[in-house]
Amino acid sequence: MIWDFEFTVEAMPDLLSGLWVTVQVTILGYLIALSLGLLIAVVRRVRVVGPLVHGVMEFIRTTPLVVQLVFVFLLTPSVISGMTVGIVVLGVHYSAYTAEVYRSGIEGVAKGQWEAARALSLPASRTWGAIVLPQAIRKVIPALGNYLIAMFKDTPLLLAIGVAELLTQARRIGSASFQVVEAYTLVGFLFLAVSIPSAILIRRLERRYAAV
Amino acid sequence: MQFLIERLPLYLDGAWVTIQLTLGGSALAFVLAMAFGILGTINHWLPRAVATVYVEVFRGVAALVLMFWMAFALPLITGFQLEDRFAAILAVGLNVGAYGAEVVRAAINAVPKAQVEATVALNLSWFQRLRLVVLPQAWAQMLPTFGNLIIELMKATAVAYLIGVVDLTAVAQQMRQATGETIVAFFGALLFYFLIAQVLIFGMRLLERRANRKLGRTPPGGTGLKALLKHPAVSGSGGAGI
Repeated sequence: MIWDFEFTVEAMPDLLSGLWVTVQVTILGYLIALSLGLLIAVVRRVRVVGPLVHGVMEFIRTTPLVVQLVFVFLLTPSVISGMTVGIVVLGVHYSAYTAEVYRSGIEGVAKGQWEAARALSLPASRTWGAIVLPQAIRKVIPALGNYLIAMFKDTPLLLAIGVAELLTQARRIGSASFQVVEAYTLVGFLFLAVSIPSAILIRRLERRYAAV
Repeated sequence: MQFLIERLPLYLDGAWVTIQLTLGGSALAFVLAMAFGILGTINHWLPRAVATVYVEVFRGVAALVLMFWMAFALPLITGFQLEDRFAAILAVGLNVGAYGAEVVRAAINAVPKAQVEATVALNLSWFQRLRLVVLPQAWAQMLPTFGNLIIELMKATAVAYLIGVVDLTAVAQQMRQATGETIVAFFGALLFYFLIAQVLIFGMRLLERRANRKLGRTPPGGTGLKALLKHPAVSGSGGAGI
């Protein structure tokens, strides 16, 4: 087995374009996960609706993402691209996780803060927006960061619905040229090239916010 | 409903394969997590470096990429074709084992220092210290996160259908192709996954209780039957997500 460097150079542009799709999906999906998760964490404190939402999220969180992806992809009309479906499903799936992270942050806010907001008779919007959330979110930033990396590592699942992300590209190149070993090994290295530096970055964030 | 009942045997076959993958993967992940987690706590640079490399490499690559590599690239390098199911178990086991190793390392490091000092004072060997004092306490600490990881592992096995394993997801796909009933076919599979997850959560809860009881503590979730069925909290700061 000899590594084919010529092939490596040839395959790189396609693989990098796949990586670019991967990054786009991750970032857009993450934005959905961040905002929807926050919404869910707040709604969970509402009576009746809260437990219901919680149950749905629990179901989403304990079932495989790939099945959800294929399921939703098959149900959506074909005008909606696989990439859009991928972004939305990934975002909703991970919002089940980020909601729990936000929740732990909200529960960590001292009771006195709530009471003070009450005593000042602040409206609910100000209590949440100016008192609770700023304190809660600050504490959970590193944990949220972990889910960005986790999401990035889940994007290869989009192969199942035919999105031209990194692994899909590698499979296409590999089966066209029979250079399977190079194609898949390169994918592994590209993943490491992104996820190890971002893990280091998250660790730094953790140290910075842990001091507060 | 009629549809699902008629095809129950097929789903059960698929679920059985998923359970096999989950148990096999968990066993491998557990051994790897323990081995590399303990290596990571040793006060010498070499074992620590080995543990760090294992953790960073296998945590950094997605389970699906690993699986593809094992199933399609490895045979070309070594000349041996792994059985599909074995490749899937290996991939999820190696991947989740890397997350587990970090959990084990953190749990061992969280054992109060006085406990370790006491074992030194009692002249226990390194192995005795680990087996009799450190691990029983760390064990109770790591179990809740292990509970989350085993669910993640079970979910990760679903991608095995992409390398040709006929698991629950593959059954759902076949069902859809045969009947065109997309919603029922997939919802059935999701329901089975959900049920398996509930059983796993329940089992991990029991283990957690036992570990805490042995240490003379009450588990953080409280006692009683209701606490057993409660879902585990997603870790606020750990990297349990895969």
